[in-house]
Amino acid sequence: MTVPDTMMPETPARAVRTLDYTGSERLTMNMGPQHPSAHGVFRAILELEGERVVGVDAVIGYLHRCHEKLAENLTYVQYPSIASKTDYVAAMTSELAYVMATEGLAKIEVPKRAQYLRVLVAELQRIASHCLWLGTWCMDMGGALGGGATVFLYCIRERELVLDLFESLTGARLLYGFHQIGGVRYDVPDGWSAQCRQTVDLIEQRLVEYEGLLVENAFFQMRTKGVGVISRELAEDVGLSGPLLRGSGVAYDLRRAHPYSSYEDFQFDIPVQPAGDCYARYEVRMVEFRQSIRIIRQILDGLPEGPISSRPGVKSVAQVRVPKGEIYTRVEGPRGEVGCYLIGEGGPKPYRMKWRGASFSNLAVLPHIIPGHSVADVVAIMGSVDPVFGEVDR
Amino acid sequence: MTDTDAGARIAAEFPDVVVTPGGSALTITVPVSQWLAFAQFAKGALACRWFSFLSAVDWKDEGLEVIAWVENTDEHFNLLLKTKLGPGQTACPSLVSVYRGANWMERECFDMFGVVFDGHPDLRRMLLPDDWVGHPLLKSYAVDTPYPPYR
Amino acid sequence: MEIKGPVPVVPAPVWRTFKDLQEWEALHQSRPARGDTYSSAFESLTEGIHAFPGGFLVTAPADAFLNWARKSSVWPVTFGLACCAIEMMATFASRFDVERLGMVPWASPRHSDLMIISGTVTIKMAPMLLRIYDQMPDPKWAVSMGSCANSGGPFRHGYHVVKGVDRVIPVDVYVPGCPPPPESLLNGLLLLQEQISHFRRTGQRGPANEKVD
Repeated sequence: MTVPDTMMPETPARAVRTLDYTGSERLTMNMGPQHPSAHGVFRAILELEGERVVGVDAVIGYLHRCHEKLAENLTYVQYPSIASKTDYVAAMTSELAYVMATEGLAKIEVPKRAQYLRVLVAELQRIASHCLWLGTWCMDMGGALGGGATVFLYCIRERELVLDLFESLTGARLLYGFHQIGGVRYDVPDGWSAQCRQTVDLIEQRLVEYEGLLVENAFFQMRTKGVGVISRELAEDVGLSGPLLRGSGVAYDLRRAHPYSSYEDFQFDIPVQPAGDCYARYEVRMVEFRQSIRIIRQILDGLPEGPISSRPGVKSVAQVRVPKGEIYTRVEGPRGEVGCYLIGEGGPKPYRMKWRGASFSNLAVLPHIIPGHSVADVVAIMGSVDPVFGEVDR
Repeated sequence: MTDTDAGARIAAEFPDVVVTPGGSALTITVPVSQWLAFAQFAKGALACRWFSFLSAVDWKDEGLEVIAWVENTDEHFNLLLKTKLGPGQTACPSLVSVYRGANWMERECFDMFGVVFDGHPDLRRMLLPDDWVGHPLLKSYAVDTPYPPYR
Repeated sequence: MEIKGPVPVVPAPVWRTFKDLQEWEALHQSRPARGDTYSSAFESLTEGIHAFPGGFLVTAPADAFLNWARKSSVWPVTFGLACCAIEMMATFASRFDVERLGMVPWASPRHSDLMIISGTVTIKMAPMLLRIYDQMPDPKWAVSMGSCANSGGPFRHGYHVVKGVDRVIPVDVYVPGCPPPPESLLNGLLLLQEQISHFRRTGQRGPANEKVD
């Protein structure tokens, strides 16, 4: 059987032609709140011209759970257990923002061991969150049926190792009640440090596997290089943070710029990439994996002895009273700057608490960068922005 | 630049604003009429190009207060801008022409507090459904307001 | 001779005086109210066979076979809303595999049997959830995963939170937890399989599961 000429690569039929659409292919398509790209409840109403997106209206709020109003009605002791549900993929950093805000306003000292433990779990959480990011992003870009494609299952395998560590430390896999006002709640059990070291070594080897799967892959490069370019000026104007900002060339990391919880004691590098496309953000997060591992090793080598909390255990829900004042604390979460603006009024409940969610500001860049891309690129961009809708809708 | 330099420059340009150093950032209380002008000054002269958030606080009898946080990431210099809208007032100039990130933040502020931003291109509700009645984060709104039949 | 003292008679607690329970009884969707659709012609045929003397020898194995087929290939529609969605994804992954139970997570509601509502249902999302549920063909089941879907969870008092997904759709299995670890969700799915095995003839529901864990 002869192969038809149109299947041969160099025939005129296969040359790329550009058609001049005069606007007769306009379609409004709803990428509804339930869609297989596993990012959560997000609705994008896309205006399409053929396959190109010319306008996008992002509708959010499908997960608005009234965090800010609930914070005004719950005490400082009651709220941290639901603070983790804002950025639920990185619960440790979310709880940390609120707890640090309360401690800052009430001038409560946190012992050194507790600070080191906080950094340790924050960096472990960053590894787990980036594992989930990589898995779901690659699943969206090359998704097979239902259960997942290759990279997703490999990344979940690594994430399970880290979640095992969290389970032996706190008892929970996803939403821990680890941070308390004045310190942390649980201390490191026996054998945990050795298990942590083994896990971290294993993850470092497996990262090489992932890069081998992705970096040399022509499809991955075609889908991510040059896609979703965010210029430095746009990134600063909209208020991006985290890997999106560093992937656009701004060397700004809260752990280095405004160190909190003893981050100034550790050596680590801040990855910065000038390109601003999805591939740059991917590279930034891959370097962040390794830097987190570096920080974890430093902590395990030098964890100081001492108490894990400067306040006694919780006896009543109105135990912590915070004087009048306001504070804005921020934490470098895996998605960016998670901030908590707190106004205290002298009682056991805050007067106003605002969550500055990293993903809310990160998502605000979508109407500026999506027009001009094709529908398939929308999925790749959404994945590289890595939103978590608990933070977006609060 | 340091807080004192900035304080001096601000006092020179805008004599009506109150500058409060200390705390997480340099806190500037701006009258509503100078809100937009001050934001342009912060972005231009003070080089605070990074926009963090914009929100509001409901001080019950004294009215609403709109707050915004901008930052100069190169020099690690933070500004917390505040403006009191006055009792019963809900109008505030929009910062969208200065900082594009204010777009969604102001929509959310309108949704939660009812603050109407003049000059915002597309002011509609952000987080709640479009047909929702009331502005939840006001102190007069109860947290468990019923909404039949779901609650 | 045994002398027994007076045994105190404690009145049973009147659960129905709890306001939340009264609200639940008034507002939750139950299956007969929402209406399962099934073919009445088929129903009359199989009832006829069963009424015939010895007819149970045909209907019982047919029931068993159909129920085995239904419960061994329950395809869930991926309806992840919030934090529980991450645990649901972990259940679908390789460590706590659900594909060994025959459950292939499927994005389209038109091809699925089961909806696992994982996460908080908000008032804005409730109509969308109902729309997806209505797009699923019968017989369909719903598993409410996590405390937010069971009853509103930690956000119960919020103004935008539905106090439990059973106010929107009828639920078959409730899996508690915040979030329920994959082991709990697997337990819930196995309970659902047991419920399915009690289906009768045309797909009318069997008696409720009396098993108490």
